[in-house]
Amino acid sequence: MNVLVWVEHDNASVKDATLAAVTAAGQLGEVTALVAGAGCDGAAAAAAQIAGVAKVLKADDAAYAHALAENVAPLIVALMADYDAFVAPATSHGKNVAPRVAALLDVMQVSEVLSIDGPKTFTRPTYAGNAIATVESSDAKLVLTVRGTAFAKAAATGGSAGIEAVSGTGDAGLSHFVGAEIAKSERPELGSAKVIVSGGRALKDAQTFQDVIFPLADKLGAGVGASRAAVDAGYVPNDYQVGQTGKIVAPEVYVAVGISGAIQHLAGMKDSKTIIAINKDEDAPIFQVADIGLVGDLFALVPELTGKL
Amino acid sequence: MKILVPVKRVIDYNVKPRVKSDGSGVDLANVKMSMNPFDEIAVEEAIRLKEKGAASEIVAVSVGPAKAQETLRTALAMGADRAVLVQVEDGAEVEPLAVAKILKAVADEEAPGLVICGKQAIDDDSNQVGQMLAALLGRPQGTFASAVVVEGDAVVVTREVDGGLETVKLALPAVVTTDLRLNEPRYASLPNIMKAKSKPLAVKSPADFGVDVTPRLKTLKVAEPPVRSAGIKVPDVDTLVAKLKEMGVA
Repeated sequence: MNVLVWVEHDNASVKDATLAAVTAAGQLGEVTALVAGAGCDGAAAAAAQIAGVAKVLKADDAAYAHALAENVAPLIVALMADYDAFVAPATSHGKNVAPRVAALLDVMQVSEVLSIDGPKTFTRPTYAGNAIATVESSDAKLVLTVRGTAFAKAAATGGSAGIEAVSGTGDAGLSHFVGAEIAKSERPELGSAKVIVSGGRALKDAQTFQDVIFPLADKLGAGVGASRAAVDAGYVPNDYQVGQTGKIVAPEVYVAVGISGAIQHLAGMKDSKTIIAINKDEDAPIFQVADIGLVGDLFALVPELTGKL
Repeated sequence: MKILVPVKRVIDYNVKPRVKSDGSGVDLANVKMSMNPFDEIAVEEAIRLKEKGAASEIVAVSVGPAKAQETLRTALAMGADRAVLVQVEDGAEVEPLAVAKILKAVADEEAPGLVICGKQAIDDDSNQVGQMLAALLGRPQGTFASAVVVEGDAVVVTREVDGGLETVKLALPAVVTTDLRLNEPRYASLPNIMKAKSKPLAVKSPADFGVDVTPRLKTLKVAEPPVRSAGIKVPDVDTLVAKLKEMGVA
């Protein structure tokens, strides 16, 4: 099977989410990586080094600068004449572009693939991860998004694929990029952090969240996440949200502070290796999934913990 | 401008889903059902655009069983003007691709300036219909929206993306999918619930639109996820620090 993989990148380098998608694609067949961008030589060179990538297609065009779905979907659809499957990481780009590609190919996409059980058989989460469905596709081609936490990351170096330039399909003229507010943080990204400290609504306000959660995260070298309630209340920006409709994470250690553990939050973090919960309510559902629980007032316990690390 | 809002009847947000013991699916018998929360946000956004004068009529549409009429009545009670049910058999699952094809046919008839969908349904968690509909219509898509502003013949959409927020400008007609923080949906008042009963609701079938809803994916099995069992509780911070050191984290 020939598999085309969507490379998530910033034109200069490749994002981690791509590596899990390459592993998943490798289980289906020979992997070609598609780097669509503007001035994306660096990203194409990085993609060529990923272990398991046989070939890189580079589509360098101003129209692909911001991965607008209206512009990249026609490119992917044209390339898919030579491929049997399209695989994208289930990132905000992947989730935006893949269904547009699938519809144009008249294919029913399989979203958030957790495992590949056969050439056309996959498992995927439904109902906030409370029901795992095994599905078999009857379509001639496959379109998949894959969950990054479900597949090991391919090695970022060691490969030596050839890079082939492909011509673009231009600007569809339907949409344009106005701007972005992308937070710059010294902390690890949630998708790749080994340790994550998350806060919930109990943190009271944005300042308290910063004062309590950030020092602990800094001590542990951790990424910072939040429950939906904390994001809705404006304590932290949207990209901190962990859960069914936010980020799906599976770090070595997940520390949930003042998070009760709604099923929608658990859906985003219950595959973490070790879960630590700090909560004043000893009956909070978070303790049903936590490996280590500490019951008490977080405003006393968390600073004490930070101080003793 | 007319706004089309697709809505789906799903298991209520607060219900814990149970997998059937024969592994054929999730048990929905005698389970509370509601409008998909992201679709409520879509209905609310359409109403706000109408209140601001950016829209003239709101049409709610659902692909689902006869009982999806209740979901459409909820949309009408919130403030939609009329509704279309594309009715399928009880228990029939219509996949996102088929839903998108039906919605494309409805949009061809209704010619909306804007289609506002929920970004995903909380039952199958596919996150596909809006993007697929935009593809089939050959129109732009503003997915995961946290702000929607109509400016003349364009719509400016702020999107929740992995690193933060991104803003795009789309030529109308366009498809927008809603994220959680776009708005807080209103509750329908009792008088509006009564009024909704007399608003027009047309019932159609997929065949009326010439759409084949045969699933492309065959569900072989539905299983519970691996269960995590509760661990230990530690009495104090010192014990927690010791545990963290054991794990090599601290």
